[in-house]
Amino acid sequence: MGIDIRLPLGILFLLLGAILVVYGAASDPSVYGQSLGINVNLYWGVVLLAFGALMFGLSRRGARAEPRGENIPQSPRSSGH
Amino acid sequence: MTGIDWLILGLYFAFVLGIGVALKGSMKTSADFFLAGRAIPAWVAGLAFMSANLGAQEVIGMGASGAKYGIATSHFYWIGAIPAMVFVGIFMMPFYYGSRARSVPEYLRLRFDEKTRGLNAISFAIMTIFSSGISMYAIAKLIQTLHVFDAVFQRLGLNSSWIFDFAIIISAIVVLVYTFLGGLSSAIYNEVLQFFLIVAGFLPLSYLGLKNVGGWSGLKATLGPSYTHSWAGLSHANTNRLGVEWFGLVMGLGFVLSFGYWCTDFLVVQRAMAAKSMSAARRTPLIGAFPKMLFPFLVILPGLIAIALPTQPPVPSHARVVVGAEPPGKGIIPLKLDATSGQPMLDKYGKPQLDYDLAVPSMLLHYFPPGMLGLGLTALLASFMSGMAGNVTAFNTVWTYDIYQSYIRPGATDAHYLWMGRASTVFGIAFSIGAAYMANRFNNIMDMLQLVFAFVNAPLFATFLLGMFWKRTTGHGAFTGLLAGTAAAAIHHGLTLPAGAVVGIKGGWLAITHTYPSEMAQNFWTAIYAWSTCFVVTIVVSLLTRAPEESKLVGLVYSLTPKPEEEPLAWYARPASLALMVLAGTVLLNIIFW
Repeated sequence: MGIDIRLPLGILFLLLGAILVVYGAASDPSVYGQSLGINVNLYWGVVLLAFGALMFGLSRRGARAEPRGENIPQSPRSSGH
Repeated sequence: MTGIDWLILGLYFAFVLGIGVALKGSMKTSADFFLAGRAIPAWVAGLAFMSANLGAQEVIGMGASGAKYGIATSHFYWIGAIPAMVFVGIFMMPFYYGSRARSVPEYLRLRFDEKTRGLNAISFAIMTIFSSGISMYAIAKLIQTLHVFDAVFQRLGLNSSWIFDFAIIISAIVVLVYTFLGGLSSAIYNEVLQFFLIVAGFLPLSYLGLKNVGGWSGLKATLGPSYTHSWAGLSHANTNRLGVEWFGLVMGLGFVLSFGYWCTDFLVVQRAMAAKSMSAARRTPLIGAFPKMLFPFLVILPGLIAIALPTQPPVPSHARVVVGAEPPGKGIIPLKLDATSGQPMLDKYGKPQLDYDLAVPSMLLHYFPPGMLGLGLTALLASFMSGMAGNVTAFNTVWTYDIYQSYIRPGATDAHYLWMGRASTVFGIAFSIGAAYMANRFNNIMDMLQLVFAFVNAPLFATFLLGMFWKRTTGHGAFTGLLAGTAAAAIHHGLTLPAGAVVGIKGGWLAITHTYPSEMAQNFWTAIYAWSTCFVVTIVVSLLTRAPEESKLVGLVYSLTPKPEEEPLAWYARPASLALMVLAGTVLLNIIFW
């Protein structure tokens, strides 16, 4: 009810991913000594971006399918209990 | 914490509160608020089912146990959760969801009688308040120990002794706002958000740690077999780190405690009751079981790595931890310090104790640079809040439906109960804050309360098992059985003691007739005695009292309920297929980590 959680989830992870990628690209490489020389911000940021994009995409597809799909008859039923 | 870390934390808080605000408009009836309008898709309910249990104590505690006991800690997942999650989805959900009960205590009233419901509702309501208070206390202590807010407090010229209070207030307010506005839907949606954040924050930690110690084989070489096998050595309590033998583990943890929690605790069952259909409700625990099966790699593994690393590495400058001057602990786990004297605490053999609870936080500080550190700490806070919101939503529902509507003010309008749901969210959280301060001041009172709740909970699954699968079970039988089971738990605890413990809160307060090799073994056997007593007493009293009318039990008892109709689902999405897949996966994991 209310919202499709994939939308806020997608946006949150797109933002988190973007922050980490930008910071990872701009930051001084010497801070990555503690993460075994791996720029975790950059690489993991890319993964989070991809996940965010996937969730965002799914929520858009869900929103397009809804007007024709099975969600329409459900909303009056769920409020009439 | 640097600016980038605060940015990530702030972003997360904005989304959590935003979800509450977005849902505010759709809270029109009490069913919207308490049951999320019974409209939650199966995968969302499934992830929430799992995350509601994933509080801070779970993440911190499982990492701590990983460092202490090794990979055998995964028994708490593979034996102690998966079979019960499968059972509740396949066999019990048809009655919970099909009866249209709004809570677990309400199911007990439909199936048995008012007194059984009252007993369950009141003990559950008190318990949820204390558990959310304890988790609030745990997180505030952690924030204090890690010095997360110290720099900010210094800059603002505030006294750093207020950090504990500040951490409690801020977390209470955030959880309050989003559950007050959006009720159970808000809690569930946030649990899904929190689930993905925990994965996002912990997966790179396990990866980096494992890479650092040379993979699983490197970990095995460093720690030796006692840390890296889950079943080997379980034939006898003295040959494994847990101090339990296989029978106590399988019966106590795998059967009584695990089924008692996952199948009867309203905190988790509420998530499935909010699902949009019977089939979604049945799939809820099964979908939750898949990530549950894999979570040991996220929460237990970092604990093992923490103990395996070379002792006392250089502390990075941005991570302001207080390990520098003290004598080394083991791995990167610091020694446990006495809060007042600042000296290391000694165990009964005079050796300094390790502060295992800092295993996971130390790992975060050890491996994560600014940026990822913010994400990791946000994940920790997220886990705390999802656990706390789970308690709060379960409390406001049981309070409003099972206590207020049943005993205090029946027959009021739905709008009134919706209002009461919101009001009870506020005072529920206020009581939790009180409990958190109580935990801070009187450690023993909290230990004692947790013990009492363990006594109350241990027999519960026997009542549900008989109630759902034996139509002859009566209300008097259920009620007497529960009381007898609780009494049996208390008596067993009073007569036994774990090796090396002092008589009192750890047991032996009646007389010492048996000494267990470990506290865990004592807990498991307390549960086994409680369950068996409840099971037998319920059967005997049921046979002595008048049988319930069968017409009233339709939809509540297995033999009198038509089989739930299968929705047309793809073969792999049916409850039975999901159950088989997750069980097969669990067996495989047990074989790999034998």
